[in-house]
Amino acid sequence: MSTANTQTSAPGRSDLRWLWISLMVFSVAALAANAFLRKDGMAHRYVEVIEFERVEAKAVVESGANATGTETAQTEWVDPTDARLANGTLRLVEGVAPIKWKLHKDVASTTEANETSARRAAGDMSAPVVELSMWNSLGVWAAALLTLGIFSFLYRDNPYYKVSESLLIGSSAAYWMINGFWTTIVPNLFGKLAPDVVRAYAIPSLPVSEHPGLDAGLAFVPLILGFMLIWRLAPKGGWIAVWPLAFIIGTTAGLKLVSSIESDLMAQVVATMKPMVVFTAPSTSAVASSAVSAVNFWATVGSLVGVVGVLSVLTYFFFSVEHKGAVGKAARLGVWFLMITFGSAFGLTVMGRITLLAQRLEFLFNSWLNIN
Amino acid sequence: MTTTSQTNMNKQSPGRLRAFLAGIGNVDRRWIFLSMALAVGVPILLKLRFPEVPGPMAKATFDAVESIPEGSRVLLSFDYDPASAGELQPMANALVYHCASRHHRIVFMALWPLGKQMADKTIKDVLLEFHHEYKYGVDYVQLGYKAGNEGVIKLMTTNIPGQYPTDADGAALSKMPIVADAADLRAFKFIGSFSAGFPGAKEWVQYAKGNTPDAFKVVGGSTGVQVSQLLPYYPKQMEGLLVAIKGAAEYEMLVTSKYPTSHYADRLEEGRRRMGPQLVAHLLMIGLIVLGNVAMIAGRGMKGGAR
Repeated sequence: MSTANTQTSAPGRSDLRWLWISLMVFSVAALAANAFLRKDGMAHRYVEVIEFERVEAKAVVESGANATGTETAQTEWVDPTDARLANGTLRLVEGVAPIKWKLHKDVASTTEANETSARRAAGDMSAPVVELSMWNSLGVWAAALLTLGIFSFLYRDNPYYKVSESLLIGSSAAYWMINGFWTTIVPNLFGKLAPDVVRAYAIPSLPVSEHPGLDAGLAFVPLILGFMLIWRLAPKGGWIAVWPLAFIIGTTAGLKLVSSIESDLMAQVVATMKPMVVFTAPSTSAVASSAVSAVNFWATVGSLVGVVGVLSVLTYFFFSVEHKGAVGKAARLGVWFLMITFGSAFGLTVMGRITLLAQRLEFLFNSWLNIN
Repeated sequence: MTTTSQTNMNKQSPGRLRAFLAGIGNVDRRWIFLSMALAVGVPILLKLRFPEVPGPMAKATFDAVESIPEGSRVLLSFDYDPASAGELQPMANALVYHCASRHHRIVFMALWPLGKQMADKTIKDVLLEFHHEYKYGVDYVQLGYKAGNEGVIKLMTTNIPGQYPTDADGAALSKMPIVADAADLRAFKFIGSFSAGFPGAKEWVQYAKGNTPDAFKVVGGSTGVQVSQLLPYYPKQMEGLLVAIKGAAEYEMLVTSKYPTSHYADRLEEGRRRMGPQLVAHLLMIGLIVLGNVAMIAGRGMKGGAR
């Protein structure tokens, strides 16, 4: 933030202010022109409307002499087009109004919506009904304006950016808190302490435990540890929070130790032990070919580079011997390998960031401006 | 007179040129932002695309899905959130489409809180759009998000019903044919993790593959930032690896070549679509790095310049 402010106040930079303002005015004008002069220029979101209807019906039991059959007491809600209504196995319950409801399914793009509408207008009744969704359209506008709000920081720090950033942080924090409460505390703690209450008011599908008493007893352990952890907020007795912290660190270390030794040490050492010269598996037609022609040159180079790289980088991190002479040269080579690794990692990071920018621009162009 | 002024100009030119080049280093960074926006935005508008040549890692991922018997039970973990969807959603879409084209039975889960929503989007936009025949509980199921990070994986290696008694909507999994008999992770032939960090593909290798190395194949789809952590696992501990958007584009190429689709093809082209802007933006980056170095060298020894 301070960097941007410093830059704008640097000598000569303020001369460009009018150029930037002109660019922004032009962008707003282009946006307005796109919105009001083009068909579907405003961000429109469409939904497929899927209608459902259910009617209450009773099963009819055939009883020999009675040709019309008798209705059972049990009813069920079925589709009006259910074949059993037509063949008489089911009979509508008199005086009960059918239940109707609609489901809205997002249509991916305005183009798809237009195509579907055109099919239906042309008489293809299998094409779903598509209608404009005001709420979804507003959602696109909100997302687009917040995206621009975040981008506005690239010009300089400003209230628009601060509002967008605060909304992002606030909604993320709220989501995490609610998610943590409902996916962890309610099922794993309350669900053990008072399963019937949780089943009645929160999670009807909470599994029934075979040992409810034991579960409830064990649930007191995290409950107490949790209280001890938030004791840190109390004015006195901060040391109490150290004990659950020690428990967390101890269990995490224990969990990670074995897997790290297995996957990141032993398996990696094994993977490094490659043949220095790689031979291509001989095909049936080349059984009689010489051993030299079967050497895979690039794979061999790859193996050698791998081995040299591992040894030189390890040498660089070996501080018990002074980095002089042959050791110094090997360590120097190790630095080169490290630099190449960091460079490729940086390149991959750049690729990731550009992808994120491309995705947001695609959203702005396609979903919001509808110009692509 | 003319000769004198020309001589003066010749004397001054190197100085002016040097000052100009050195001045590039002080250019307002907003011009760079604007250049980058244009470098990414214009190719999107022009729909600039380039052919993708699949690399060995994308081919290995493709082969891993192909090599397991048709109709196998596979586990796909969506370990990311919308912040990484630009890179990971394209590969998730392609992998789900590939699995469904091979009629594999797919179990969706998430180790990130918003991973479930990411998986739901793929189910809606790809799985059910291209494979209407897929039935919930029989051909696919959504386990949803489970808190516990790597602890979830660790427990799944021994007891899936204990860890997941119900699906994401609370329906009992014991009544769903797709997972009714899945006691632990060995019930799966293939595990895929779309990973943006911790917990993600690295933890799947450490806790799942480490426990039972030969029971199933593990494949990772990674963001560019995280991929350097995963590369050492390929190909011994991870049978396939999709490297950022480039990996997604290559994999899309392989999948749609073998299993072409007649409609909504753009849903399986997101990766390839984003490679056009990548090229132009990378060229810009390289140009800027070169210019920055030229500016630094030109500024050496000048008053206030770099030394």
